[in-house]
Amino acid sequence: MMIPLVALIRKDLRLFLGDRRAVIMSFLAPILIGAFFGYVFGGNGKRETSRIEVLMVDQDGSAISRGILTDLQASKSLSVKPAELAAAREAVRKGTATVAVVVPKDFGAAAGKAFFQPVDKPEIGVLYDPSHSAEQNMVQGILTGSVMQIVSKEVFNGPTGSTVVTDSLAQIAASQKMKPEDKAPLQDLLKSVQKFNARPKTETSGGGQGGLSVPYQIREEAVTARTGQEYNAYAHSFGGMSIQFILFMGIDVGIGMLLMRQRGLWKRLRAAPLSRSLLLGSRAISAALTSMLILAVVFSAARLLFGVRIEGSLAGFVGVCLAFSIMTASFGLLVASLGKTPDATRGLSILATLVMLMLSGAWVPAFLFPQWMQSATMFIPTRWAMDGLDAMTWRGLGFSAALGPIGALLLSAAIFGAIAVSRFRWEAEG
Amino acid sequence: MLAARNLRKSYGPHVAVDGVSFDIARGETIGLLGPNGAGKTTTVSMISGLLRPDSGEVLIDGRAVTGDTDSIKHKIGLVPQDLALYDELPARDNLEFFGALYNLAGARLKRAADEALDLVGLTDRAKDKVSDFSGGMKRRLNLAAALMHDPDLLLLDEPTVGVDPQSRNAIFENLETLKKRGKTLLYTTHYMEEAERLCDRLVVIDHGKVIANDTLHGLYKLLPVTNILSIELENPECGLRLAEVRAFAAVQSAELEAGILRIGVQNLAADAPAVLQWLVSNGYPYSHVVSDRPDLETVFLTLTGRSLRDS
Ligand SMILES: Nc1ncnc2c1ncn2[C@@H]1O[C@H](COP(=O)(O)OP(=O)(O)OP(=O)(O)O)[C@@H](O)[C@H]1O
Ligand SMILES: [Mg+2]
Repeated sequence: MMIPLVALIRKDLRLFLGDRRAVIMSFLAPILIGAFFGYVFGGNGKRETSRIEVLMVDQDGSAISRGILTDLQASKSLSVKPAELAAAREAVRKGTATVAVVVPKDFGAAAGKAFFQPVDKPEIGVLYDPSHSAEQNMVQGILTGSVMQIVSKEVFNGPTGSTVVTDSLAQIAASQKMKPEDKAPLQDLLKSVQKFNARPKTETSGGGQGGLSVPYQIREEAVTARTGQEYNAYAHSFGGMSIQFILFMGIDVGIGMLLMRQRGLWKRLRAAPLSRSLLLGSRAISAALTSMLILAVVFSAARLLFGVRIEGSLAGFVGVCLAFSIMTASFGLLVASLGKTPDATRGLSILATLVMLMLSGAWVPAFLFPQWMQSATMFIPTRWAMDGLDAMTWRGLGFSAALGPIGALLLSAAIFGAIAVSRFRWEAEG
Repeated sequence: MLAARNLRKSYGPHVAVDGVSFDIARGETIGLLGPNGAGKTTTVSMISGLLRPDSGEVLIDGRAVTGDTDSIKHKIGLVPQDLALYDELPARDNLEFFGALYNLAGARLKRAADEALDLVGLTDRAKDKVSDFSGGMKRRLNLAAALMHDPDLLLLDEPTVGVDPQSRNAIFENLETLKKRGKTLLYTTHYMEEAERLCDRLVVIDHGKVIANDTLHGLYKLLPVTNILSIELENPECGLRLAEVRAFAAVQSAELEAGILRIGVQNLAADAPAVLQWLVSNGYPYSHVVSDRPDLETVFLTLTGRSLRDS
């Protein structure tokens, strides 16, 4: 019983490791393609996120407009360069810049006045590339904060401020439209500003430094394994590609059994005094061992090359790998029992597997799917494998989060296995 | 050793084997003969337990095979019609793998592999991959793989198909050795001359039915002639009339072609001298006389009315 079992498993593993094509497909391909997808989908978080290219057309040249430019340039999300209007428009049209901000002549003075009186607001032109409207919104947000801060600072502190306040006071006094009961409090406010502006300036005086600013700061933190640990796209892509190429290996197991039948080897195995469970069981065990080996090699490479770590439970990770390997093994047997000729079976099962992979999020993470698709794909076993690997790697979840995926994978393994055994053609016909 | 009882197997509406029965005694070599599609492989598959018969039974040493793991399977060695080998593995590893399926391990396994390699003359190629072997060498290894567990009964399904004359001869010598060691052989082929050389008894099947089951001698007796005399006439233009020759009571058949007269007789010793004497005394001298048995080809032709190769 043990001698034939060991011999069968050893033979399967030898044939697999001796097959150059199989080894390249199973070990090298997932590493190379995993590296590619991981890089494209954001790397391991250490890489700088690309800044939005912004051009600023300063037609004003005032202290305010220069201040806005300096402030925008300090933003870590933007890369801001001054430009002429025509050149900026051309750059946006060609896509070399995403957004161009146009500050018109006399903006500084007009903005100062509009600060207190809701009249004649100056306009800032925003030219943007319509394929990047999300970035355009982001630039506008940053611009609003910036303009608010610079204008208010100028109004309360700078030389432009005193002129603006003096001018405004004169305008209010001359105004016909304003009611006297409205004029008085506004004049009081502006006179206070005048006094505030005229006070002797010392370095230590608190509020004197800046103007109004957005009354909060954003502290960004991606929610992953632990604080300071960023999303590692390689963790996902290596998981996805292991799943893909291990399923291909599973197909090869099934095709191999069909070939064995075609080549008469199946007759030799059936002529020997071996039980059916030994024949199928040994093949399932060797397929699962191969799958575990591939997972071990691919995730070791991911760790060495891209710092992918099992942030969650190691036992959970091993459990998910094991359950997925068993699922792959019974998937292979399913292919062998439903397939007729090796060639026809290969084409069909590769197609089915690719669809399954696509829907499981092995290529594009499932959290990017529309909601209905996220729920519909819960019936696909590889989706659970993917979620399980994600949970145990970059999400850093505990063992309990692995139980769902392990259960779902073992359940599908049982279903595949049951169909395979019931439909298997035991006879070795002539 | 082996008894096949009324075996029947159909594939859909097509009946491949239709009530085949025969026995093989221990140490006997039986030829299972028949044209392509006669049902030979199907019969062998049922005997070796690969295929469940629709009806009928197979007894090995008087006992039916029960279940996949029945130890009686140790007595059977199957040489499939296809080359059932792992091309990617060396010859010895193939043999050791098939031996392990029969629970052989360690020194016993090594020894069995050595003996099998030795028998088929592949000892010095033991480490080479099967994919590097010639067709004849693969055939020999295909035979060796069935010998690892030292079975008493060998089921050989066309073990020489697609092989050059030299390798065919080598395989024949291997089989003769096995026969001498007391093995029981069931030899499937559609080559009559192979069966003639090796087999004690022949089972001829056609369209899934046994049409003859006898020793060579017995089969020949079914024929109207047991010997054919080929007489080379000195003068092909001598004007011999076949009707005169056929007038002899002993002459069963007579043909004349390119100066060679062929005469079929039942009893060589009694009938030949009279015919030869008559030829000389009537002015038809001859330069050469050969006597031949009709081959199994003729036997098959007589039994079925069809030639073996093109049926
Ligand atoms: N798996 C199968 N499905 C359907 N028909 C089959 C199958 N195997 C064999 N047959 C049919 O059964 C008949 C007997 O086939 P079998 O292989 O036993 O013949 P054979 O005597 O071994 O022929 P050959 O000399 O070509 O090997 C043939 O008509 C064949 O077409
Ligand atoms: Mg055959």
